[in-house]
Amino acid sequence: MSRITVIVDGVSYTDEVEPRTLLVHYLRETVGKTGTVVGCDTSNCGACTVHLDGTSVKSCNVLAVQADGHEVTTIEGLAQNGELHPVQKAFHECHALQCGYCTPGMIMQACDVLKNNPDPSEQEIREGLEGNLCRCTGYHNIVKAVQQAAGELSSQAVSS
Amino acid sequence: MTITDDRTDTTAPELEIGKARRRKEDQRLITGRTRWTDNIQLPGMLHLAMVRSPFAHATITAINTAEAKAAPGVIDVVTGEDIKDVQGVNANAWPITADQVTPTHLPVAVERVACAGEIVAVVVARSAAAARDAAELVDVDYDELPAVLDLKEAAADTVLAHPDLGTNKSAFWKLDSAEAGTGGDVDAAIAKAREDGVVIEREFRQQRLIPAFMEPRSVVVDPTGEQMVVWSATQIPHILRFLIAATMGIPESKVRVIAPDVGGGFGGKLQTTPEEFATIAVARRLGKPCKYTETRSESLLSGHHGRDQWQKLTLSAEKDGTVTGLKVELLADMGAYIAIVGGGVPVLGAWMFNSIYKFPAYQFNCQTVLTNKTWVDAYRGAGRPEATFGIERMMDELAAELGRDPLEVREQNWIRHEEFPFTTVAGMTYDSGNYEAATAKAKELFGYDELRAEQKRRRESNDPVQLGIGVSTFTEMCGLAPSRILGQLNYGAGGWEHASIRMLATGKVEVVTGVSPHGQGHETAWSQIVADRLGVPFEDVEVLHGDTQTSPRGLDTYGSRSLVVGAEAVVRAADRVIDKAKVFAAHLLEASEDDLEFKAGRFGVKGTDKGIGIAEIALATFAAHNLPDGAEPSIDADATFDPDNFSFPHGTHLCAMEVDTETGATTMRKYVCVDDIGTIINPLIVEGQVHGGLVQGIAQALWEGAEYDEQGTLVTGSFVDYTLPTAADTISFVTDHTTSPSTTNTLGTKGVGEAGTIASTPAVVNAIVDAVRPLGVDDIVMPCTPERVWKAIQAGHPVSHEGERDAAPHFDEATPNQDPGAGSPSTTTEGSDQ
Repeated sequence: MSRITVIVDGVSYTDEVEPRTLLVHYLRETVGKTGTVVGCDTSNCGACTVHLDGTSVKSCNVLAVQADGHEVTTIEGLAQNGELHPVQKAFHECHALQCGYCTPGMIMQACDVLKNNPDPSEQEIREGLEGNLCRCTGYHNIVKAVQQAAGELSSQAVSS
Repeated sequence: MTITDDRTDTTAPELEIGKARRRKEDQRLITGRTRWTDNIQLPGMLHLAMVRSPFAHATITAINTAEAKAAPGVIDVVTGEDIKDVQGVNANAWPITADQVTPTHLPVAVERVACAGEIVAVVVARSAAAARDAAELVDVDYDELPAVLDLKEAAADTVLAHPDLGTNKSAFWKLDSAEAGTGGDVDAAIAKAREDGVVIEREFRQQRLIPAFMEPRSVVVDPTGEQMVVWSATQIPHILRFLIAATMGIPESKVRVIAPDVGGGFGGKLQTTPEEFATIAVARRLGKPCKYTETRSESLLSGHHGRDQWQKLTLSAEKDGTVTGLKVELLADMGAYIAIVGGGVPVLGAWMFNSIYKFPAYQFNCQTVLTNKTWVDAYRGAGRPEATFGIERMMDELAAELGRDPLEVREQNWIRHEEFPFTTVAGMTYDSGNYEAATAKAKELFGYDELRAEQKRRRESNDPVQLGIGVSTFTEMCGLAPSRILGQLNYGAGGWEHASIRMLATGKVEVVTGVSPHGQGHETAWSQIVADRLGVPFEDVEVLHGDTQTSPRGLDTYGSRSLVVGAEAVVRAADRVIDKAKVFAAHLLEASEDDLEFKAGRFGVKGTDKGIGIAEIALATFAAHNLPDGAEPSIDADATFDPDNFSFPHGTHLCAMEVDTETGATTMRKYVCVDDIGTIINPLIVEGQVHGGLVQGIAQALWEGAEYDEQGTLVTGSFVDYTLPTAADTISFVTDHTTSPSTTNTLGTKGVGEAGTIASTPAVVNAIVDAVRPLGVDDIVMPCTPERVWKAIQAGHPVSHEGERDAAPHFDEATPNQDPGAGSPSTTTEGSDQ
């Protein structure tokens, strides 16, 4: 077993984990962050996407021990002070989710896409989300939501 | 005087129905506050891992569990032999014929496995990881048996999927319009057309698909209470409860099934699974809560598959393009077992191959066949996408044969809007529709004429990138289903739906529905319907579902039935609430019931300003201090609705595909669909259903296919190889609607959940074929990968002008497959590239 200390959604956790434990299993089973889900076993679907030190990672593709000393944000930590993140809001407004299973990963990835490219074209959004699978929406409204969130985030940036 | 009703009064407050309400469901889902089955943790819970057969067909000769049992954290290892008397069976609910050959499907195999992935032992451990580790240590000895994998070979009965059954042929089902009295003799129509008309004969392949819902299936069983609780990622909690009771010897009253948040289904969770039954058997054996969650690879391997047919189609027409007959001969792969709907899936095509066209003669034949592959059952559309693909491809082939525009040939043959209600040659009565209106709108949005002109230019200039335009004017039957018809078809249950409305003392309203959503947004749409009906705020309506304790009666969600059947039950329950409340209103207002009118949630005394709101009546009923003599203090109400007919959505889908003739690469340029789904409750939800449906249908045309190797191993057993479309593969769509309200339910609604998937596949393939038809190509087997498109172009024989081609080839019975794109199954592995 290895002892790790990870900040998850702003709270510091210290736990003993098997070295082989995947970050997603640590988050779900040890920390109880069940908002982050597992959709595949080959790193294709992106449902488990979280931010590691502010950058999106597929948490099935990271060992828990690799997160030792680092900061993880999950979908549960995205809203601040009860205020939804603009990407969360846009997903709701644009009906960018149906069953909602891919949604946590999709939102976390969309945040990352917008962080790296605040004004993406439709094609750039589509390519930025290529690693996240959705079976319900046909991506149409997800793309719309990311476009809407981009607008919201840039107007926030201007006003601040 | 009679009570008036403002339901269509335009002066009433703004109606909820038709409003693009944002979904109530979203808040939890976008913040991760979710309750997927795999999230559930119970005290003392144990975790299961399945040991699965690597062989497609084998006898189990020995299972050594000693090493696994000794592994750290392992509590037990259970074999089929250990639970053979208590594990129940995975039943088929729709034997399509009285003599259907139906192999017994045990959750955990006892003596023999009939497909790869079948469960042979269950490891129980303190953690999922420990269970999975120990599953590797279970030593199973198999004697491999010959496996039959190819559908056509299976139909020849040379190798048997189940030797004890003596045949692979499960059932043969036929509908003949001459015999049924619904039309003429199809063979006579074809014979006549061979003399002086046009005969189109084609064989199409409907490849095997995998539903691939995003949430892997999971089941948690808590046997510790008096009533066993089963949480399952299922579409069908009520049917599951019934079948647990019916096959495991547990009284139904001792079983509670909960479908918590369910992450998609698409028919793939319309099943009672071996994993559910095995988990129940093990949990009861150990007396401890148990959880099993599948990996994605297990899901792709052992969740049921969809489609998988060969379709031999013969269409006859006059020389002027008027269709005279359609003969359908299907071979449908059921896989190793006849699953819950099983042969009923292809049989649903019986009423759909004739589609929107006025065929005077029709015959549908379906042979279901057993193979040593994963069982096949409902996948979004279930039987109707297969039929729609077949007929829409054929109509394009007819148009090409005649050298005419495919929309024009369709219009010549479709049911005109003034002809509704229309009884088809298959005996179905379509209640409403307007194919002209949908098509006109679609053509305009698409820029049909402009794109045809561009196509012509590219053809004339020999552009290496050719443009193809694909048409699909589809209809479907949905809203399963009138119980009487299901009974005639030997289906094992009815098709009614149930709802309850509880008027709470605080004015809030609880709506209990028997349907079981898994992404469709019922909580929002049902709230809109009830808000309008009862005149209560949208926010005050709580919709409860998916738990047999709160929703004891229901038949769940599939076949686009939730709105047209389930919500109709809600409407009727609401009307009963109003009827009950009216009696109390009259009493409290000291007025005659005849003088009351119910408007916007309030009973008013006509001609006065006296009135009382329904929430006040609910409170007065709760207090029960002042009710009419002998009145039962409740205005809650239930309703069970059994539809008289299916609903028949339709639409016109137009797709433009660019095909690079040098590489075979295809690019979707534009996709327009105009669907008529009757009255729309929530346009936002409808759009979402259409978009998602479109992409699943497009994925069948372009990307997806479940492929097996010659040993019967699924080689598309992960998302690396089973290629779901991504955001980067798809485009934004143009969707619109025309509206012919359904006449079979109060709201005028038709189903929408499957429409996109049913319509889009042939639109895409027709577009690709249209692009390369001048190069001598008249079919490409799905999925139309660049390699297949390129090979088809290479094998094609260019013709000088459209419409100038050899006579349509006729079937030679000695040759199994004459589809130029499909190759011969006797020399190649089924489904593989040629």
